Amino acid sequence: MHNFEFVKPSSVADAVAALANGEAQPLSGGQTLIPSMKARLNAPEVLVSLTGIAEMQGVSRDGGALEIGAATPHATVAREAASHFPGLAGLAGQIGDPAVRARGTIGGSIANNDPSACYPAAALGTGATIVTDRREIAADDFFQGMFTTALDEGELITKVRFPIPGASAYAKFLQPASRFALTGVFVAKYASGVRVAVTGASEDGVFRWAEAEAALSSNFDAEAVAGLSVPANGMISDLHGTSEYRAHLVRVMTQRAVRAAS
Amino acid sequence: MPKDDGIGASVKRREDTRFLTGNGRYTDDINLRGQTYVHFLRSDVAHGKINGIDTSAAEAMPGVLKIFTATDFESAGGIPCGWQVTDRHGQPMQEPKHPILAEGKVRHVGDPIAAVVAETYEQARDAAEAIDLDIEELDPVVDMVKALQDGAPKVHDDLTSNLCYDWGFVEENKDAVNEAFGKAAHVVSLELTNNRLVANPMEPRVAVGDYDPWGDTHTLYTTSQNPHVIRLLMGAFVLSIPEHKLRVVAPDVGGGFGSKIYHYAEEAFCTYAAKIIKRPVKWTSSRSEAFISDAHGRDHKTKIELALDAEHNFMAIRTETYANMGAYLSTFAPSIPTWLHGTLMAGNYKTPLIYVNVKAVFTNTVPVDAYRGAGRPEATFQIERLVDKAARELGVDPVELRRKNFIKPEEFPYQTPVAVVYDTGNYHATMDKMLELADYANFESRRAESARNGKLRGFGIAHYIEACGIAPSNLVGQLGARAGLYESASVRVNATGSISVYTGSHSHGQGHETTFAQVVADMIGVDANSIEIHHGDTSNTPMGMGTYGSRSLAVGGSAIVKATNKVIDKAKKIAAHLLEAAPEDIELKDGKFSVAGTDKSVDWSGVTLAAYVPHNYPLEDLEPGLEETAFYDPSNFTYPSGAYGCEIELDPETGKIDILRFIAADDFGNIVNPMIVEGQVHGGLAQGIGQALLENCVYDENGQLLSGSYMDYAMPRSDDVRGFTVDHSCVTPCTHNPLGVKGCGEAGAIGSPPAVVNAAIDALHRAGHTHVKHIDMPLTPSRVWAAMNG
Ligand SMILES: Cc1cc2nc3c(=O)[nH]c(=O)nc-3n(C[C@H](O)[C@H](O)[C@H](O)COP(=O)(O)OP(=O)(O)OC[C@H]3O[C@@H](n4cnc5c(N)ncnc54)[C@H](O)[C@@H]3O)c2cc1C
Repeated sequence: MHNFEFVKPSSVADAVAALANGEAQPLSGGQTLIPSMKARLNAPEVLVSLTGIAEMQGVSRDGGALEIGAATPHATVAREAASHFPGLAGLAGQIGDPAVRARGTIGGSIANNDPSACYPAAALGTGATIVTDRREIAADDFFQGMFTTALDEGELITKVRFPIPGASAYAKFLQPASRFALTGVFVAKYASGVRVAVTGASEDGVFRWAEAEAALSSNFDAEAVAGLSVPANGMISDLHGTSEYRAHLVRVMTQRAVRAAS
Repeated sequence: MPKDDGIGASVKRREDTRFLTGNGRYTDDINLRGQTYVHFLRSDVAHGKINGIDTSAAEAMPGVLKIFTATDFESAGGIPCGWQVTDRHGQPMQEPKHPILAEGKVRHVGDPIAAVVAETYEQARDAAEAIDLDIEELDPVVDMVKALQDGAPKVHDDLTSNLCYDWGFVEENKDAVNEAFGKAAHVVSLELTNNRLVANPMEPRVAVGDYDPWGDTHTLYTTSQNPHVIRLLMGAFVLSIPEHKLRVVAPDVGGGFGSKIYHYAEEAFCTYAAKIIKRPVKWTSSRSEAFISDAHGRDHKTKIELALDAEHNFMAIRTETYANMGAYLSTFAPSIPTWLHGTLMAGNYKTPLIYVNVKAVFTNTVPVDAYRGAGRPEATFQIERLVDKAARELGVDPVELRRKNFIKPEEFPYQTPVAVVYDTGNYHATMDKMLELADYANFESRRAESARNGKLRGFGIAHYIEACGIAPSNLVGQLGARAGLYESASVRVNATGSISVYTGSHSHGQGHETTFAQVVADMIGVDANSIEIHHGDTSNTPMGMGTYGSRSLAVGGSAIVKATNKVIDKAKKIAAHLLEAAPEDIELKDGKFSVAGTDKSVDWSGVTLAAYVPHNYPLEDLEPGLEETAFYDPSNFTYPSGAYGCEIELDPETGKIDILRFIAADDFGNIVNPMIVEGQVHGGLAQGIGQALLENCVYDENGQLLSGSYMDYAMPRSDDVRGFTVDHSCVTPCTHNPLGVKGCGEAGAIGSPPAVVNAAIDALHRAGHTHVKHIDMPLTPSRVWAAMNG
């Protein structure tokens, strides 16, 4: 690891100011950033810790929405969202291991947009709003392909606002080594229709499966998608699964999520 | 009933208190005054010509003491290979030089090019980034078959090809084997891969070199399974340091599984550099570095065929194997696919004719050597997969086909056609035991239950044989070993009766400190707590060959028994003097010497005190003191065997396999500590199941390691390996060592992979997927699903 400066502001404004220096990078749970620094793949000059900012912490209910501070660890979400939004709590409880869940945060996960990460599926699968220090971004506009988001340089996610669905579930098929999602599907049922978001599978990162959404919106039953499939073309192919396999899992995991949500 | 702490008792491991409380003393815990740190700059290409290494900028960096390259080692030898295999034509294998730092070429990702020694580890790493390398990339060879094709790039330009050797065994039987296949009623064949693995001990490798200029003595602290072997190889062949000037210490070592047997370049580097720098030099491998610098395991590609007569008796086995050596020959690499593999190809069966061909191949990958089981898992996997396939093709019960061809209990000792003589065994008994514990009789109802839940249930069987207790020195010498494989022990009885035992074997998870004390306690009849086991330091243990090949109790334990018997013999003479009786009349029982048929006795400490305070002592006939050393060279290997049963459920939607039950019925001969044996089997099973379902070391066609971290190399976790039933009640004691023990360290890793794969194939066939003949390990969900839908 290269040397770096460490600052720990207590407000979003101070954090944003600290980040204005181009060589600074936000540090949230550090579960992605620290390993990449230890491997010397990343060498920011200044780390701006987000964990001391009260306004970025916690789970709160606002009518039909659940707001989660960007620096809230997965374990907190798993615990505190359970009574409001069990589908999201269930997802948070499946991330990594207890140590990772104790430190890793929703903001870090969403900002990183790892193609195999879990939270992007929930954000996109609910049509969540990503709130930053300067604007609000709809999940549909936020995720722009593997490790790519709508965030500008120095822009900080402060919270994520999830419209709470009537029913939802996340079905995750584990990549055997990392235990990230080899393919994970988040299904959320709203009065206005069903949303289905898939992570882990596509070379373009998290995506919505429109056909399944249409089928499930008219009949929220696992059988409704039994005959559907996504093309293998464009799916990730690696040591752990071929693109055909991932395409197949998209359907299987969608059905499992629907069953779990029903 | 066993004594509380004697042979047969499940004594808790005394070493665990320090390990579990974080008080183990590992090599990385050793920090010497004035210590410096080395970082190795390693190749990030698989094959390349080194046109230049410019270290000038790096040398000027803060904290840098010296940067070493190959030119600093011109006077040193290469890393030696400890085994010379002779090929089918009587020619020695091709043996390339293995430099400490790359000379002229880099040959695998991870090949060390330069070594930066600095005040701190981070400074060394910073400076390494400032080294300017001019490396011209060359086409690599990664695939073994392609590596042998004409015109393939050569890993070593000075060798004639990438073929290390083409070995045939038993070469004289080749024609007879082919003839048997011509006459066979049935021929069953199978092509399979034994996947490359990375050992991944919990503790990565570490080396600390220290030099004392006043005594001109070197000390190397290292994570080794065999410090004496390192002292011999490094001292005699690499750095020309005589033994009396070189001390090698392997303190607590956090697992080895084979990967810490070998002498590695980093050890020689730290030892040498400490003298040049005039300060201690420490290297601690990172996990990422371990993936590209620890020797890998397995990596065979095999075609195997079995000839059967009309009654389904096995007539002959014929195999052709490609075995990956990687870029250089690691210490014991050439012996693994040959003598530790070919000699086991009879399995548990009476197959009269066997021919094994092995082509060992150099590729631009990390060197491959022994990994838990070493050659024997590769043999067992082939045989047990093939026998299962034969049963399926012939439409017979896989249990019955095995039973029919098993060597019968009354046929021991049994001379196999592949050189070895099995002393004892009872394969029918272990098979019966396993089936009983597995409740095999009711499998069908469990399968029906799974089917109702949409799952495919299958039961897989494997029966293994291994050759442990490595090894008779004269025999392995004839086979090309450049070392003897005896073991040593010194038993030092102290004046008050406590005992210090010095063993040449090494414990890195096996629990020797507990087990060996039980043996001595049992023999003398004293409390095991009065016995301390010392290992790992060449300055106080007799020259020993270390721990691997499930040899420590069978060979090292035998040396301890021998030395202890010498102690007892002498103690009896002292007791006879004290009791005014003849030594022949002295009996030792429960730590007390008595004169047979009388009530005259003296206890253990009375005798030991007399030995060191020899006031009333037969000084004219007997030296004072009570300390004996023994070396034990086994007359044969030991042959543990066992039946393994694996019951799985397979999710047909995803191809995911869950192991529901795993039953291991092993014959390890006599057992000293059942709890430790069970732990060894559990660990072996976890690694075998890891190989079967999860672990895979994969290079892409450019020689880049795709599975270079735990993000992609899948280690088994606790929830992958649930519910083992382990039994060791079938005992046929080894006939040629004093304890009658056979060894248990590798069995789990040897027997389990074919049991798991057989279970998967069984589940698929029972569900009608009969087109699936084989799936290569690891049986990842993706592969299983592809096979089902292929
Ligand atoms: C062993 C292990 C297993 C894991 N398993 C899973 C899994 O199963 N599923 C899964 O989804 N994830 C998994 N993760 C990832 C983990 O859950 C974290 O969510 C993830 O590492 C990022 O969160 P973080 O808080 O640690 O972010 P950090 O590592 O601190 O930061 C990640 C990146 O986001 C940036 N960043 C952080 N916060 C913000 C913000 N508020 N605004 C803008 N940019 C920001 C940082 O600058 C950095 O570039 C695993 C991680 C590990 C180490």
